[in-house]
Amino acid sequence: MGKTFSRPEALSDAHTHYCPGCTHGIAHRLVAEVIDELGIRGRTVGIAPVGCAVMAYNYFSCDFQEAAHGRAPAMATGMKRVRPDLMVFTYQGDGDLASIGMGEIVHAANRGEKFTTIFINNAIYGMTGGQMAPTTMPGQRATTAPTGRNVEETGMPIRMCELLSSLATPGYIARQALLSPKYINKAKKAILKAFEYQVAHRCFSFVELISTCPTNWGMTPLNALKWAEDTLIPYYPLGEFKKPE
Amino acid sequence: MAKVLMKGNEAIGEAAIRAGCLNYFAYPITPQSEVAEYLAKRMPEVNGVFLQGESEVAVGYMIFGAAACGERVMTTSSSPGISLMSEAISYIAGARCPAVFVNIVRGGPGLGGILPSQGDYFQATKGGGHGDYHLLVMAPDGVQEAVEMTMLAFPLAEKYRGPVMIMGDGLIGQMMEPVEFPDNLYVPPTNKDEWATTGMDRRGSTTKNIVKSLYLDPKVLNQNNLTLKAQYEQMKREEIRFEAYNTDGDYQLLIVSYGTMSRVCKTAIDNLKAEGVEIGMIRPKTLFPFPEKAIHDAAVKESCKKVVSIEMSMGQMVEDVERSLKGRREVTWFGQCGGDIYTPEEVMEHVMSLLNCKSEGK
Amino acid sequence: MAFKHIIDAQRCKGCGLCVNVCPKKVLEISDKVSPKGYFPAFQARAEDCIHCTLCCVMCPDVAITIIELDGSASSQSRETAITDMEGK
Repeated sequence: MGKTFSRPEALSDAHTHYCPGCTHGIAHRLVAEVIDELGIRGRTVGIAPVGCAVMAYNYFSCDFQEAAHGRAPAMATGMKRVRPDLMVFTYQGDGDLASIGMGEIVHAANRGEKFTTIFINNAIYGMTGGQMAPTTMPGQRATTAPTGRNVEETGMPIRMCELLSSLATPGYIARQALLSPKYINKAKKAILKAFEYQVAHRCFSFVELISTCPTNWGMTPLNALKWAEDTLIPYYPLGEFKKPE
Repeated sequence: MAKVLMKGNEAIGEAAIRAGCLNYFAYPITPQSEVAEYLAKRMPEVNGVFLQGESEVAVGYMIFGAAACGERVMTTSSSPGISLMSEAISYIAGARCPAVFVNIVRGGPGLGGILPSQGDYFQATKGGGHGDYHLLVMAPDGVQEAVEMTMLAFPLAEKYRGPVMIMGDGLIGQMMEPVEFPDNLYVPPTNKDEWATTGMDRRGSTTKNIVKSLYLDPKVLNQNNLTLKAQYEQMKREEIRFEAYNTDGDYQLLIVSYGTMSRVCKTAIDNLKAEGVEIGMIRPKTLFPFPEKAIHDAAVKESCKKVVSIEMSMGQMVEDVERSLKGRREVTWFGQCGGDIYTPEEVMEHVMSLLNCKSEGK
Repeated sequence: MAFKHIIDAQRCKGCGLCVNVCPKKVLEISDKVSPKGYFPAFQARAEDCIHCTLCCVMCPDVAITIIELDGSASSQSRETAITDMEGK
């Protein structure tokens, strides 16, 4: 009985600047574990977003590029087209991907660009201090929606997996969560599958990860996990939405 | 080498391939869509990469991604598209990646017009994107020069590790001229292991490369800017290019003009010479770095009384000409926008009126 | 097979996710502040630890390591490379 556990090689030993209890750290580790398991660290290039993970390049031990806000899928497209042998992943938050970068992710997915996107959905803008995101829930407070998101004025939250799955181009689209070990194990499986599709040059792969932002939600890390489970999961259902087969 | 009759846009596309750039991303916009149409057919022939992106915004970052992993890459666009790419250009400059941008300039501002213009001079030489950076900007006067400057742009971009711009215009893009592709302009790509995200395996290294432009520590950001500035100072020492036309004799007036407009001026100068009136011209071939000394020295010749900047704009290069003259001579501007290009006769008439004003004062 | 559970107090931000997830209620938040200003987690009842790694999986900061104790140099050096709050 019992197992060992240590930091994956693809994760650097830098201490992260993320808030206590922020699930970015879990997502980073899962991606790094997958990179190790597939043995691709020497030909992996990550693309960091603008958002809390802007310095993700300090936390991984592989080549990295820093994109402008929302443009990582375009940079990934450029890279995969000129160096298809590189394993490319973008790591983006809900402002980066679902707001300013909406055009880039939809078109990259539609062209079937063969990179992997890790989408961190925490229903708020983290780095800039808690403004409303396209994924913010109805009634949820944000600094730019101080009385709670009013769907009459701002519409309903955007479900990216469902949106991208409506494209006819084959791809792997999945949503999982980082809220407990049970969820995390499924998340890892989805991330592994996504990267495996890239290794096989098969299709575009996309894994949305329901995450927490304790600081900007105004909750303790533990309460944030609970709120995410109670409020986000029902609206953002988990599972595989599209497979290339 | 035999010359081929080619449309400017297509020749620019071919020039990139001859320069060893096999990666092209672009978005259609008049008057340069033919580059993309030509390369859509041609790139597959040379096993190159062609992709029409979803917008110039996206294309600018496809260029960045490809350049950051060490590959030669080019895009072409026109004025409004270059505006959209300007953020990406700033990022590429800040991250010190080589890349080639071609602007086939059209009328502006805003949607403007689709005819030629020189209204993007400020955008190209003074900014466009944010922050302390410069593009090395070359301005061809025809299809042959467009070919040569495009081929030159790739080794220059690698030498200075930054974006280089070719400033064409709608006339150069659309017209057909005999052109050749000099083999001796091909320069092999430099080794980019030191900085590019080529993958650690390919470099045989265990050290990762990060391509970024974010430096939150003010001292480090200042240092990055000093590094960029040093590149621009070196450009000013080594890369100024210009043509001096009819400047051997005692010319009464100096024209400063570039690109297509300069060809009209040459005809005007030749015509006036036949009438016994000597006019000289300095034609900048690099807009950045600007040939300040050449313009200054040509303007202060004793015979030269006036300087005029002739541009297809409301007067942009004229400010750099004025700065170059250091107050030794006055400079005026002559130009129009919209796409009508002055005829040689209109230039001659204006030059004569400038000279007659002077002689009336005697 | 013996294991050792190590929490790196320099990395731990005291978020409490591991405390909540431990099936044997081994972990607690310390009342001693770390050099970074956090109150890190520690093993209050280390003898109950079954080395299931649920805490490791939950930790966003990779602050928890579980190594195998086989008396080899490599496991010992891994042990001493990380300091916990008790200085052990």
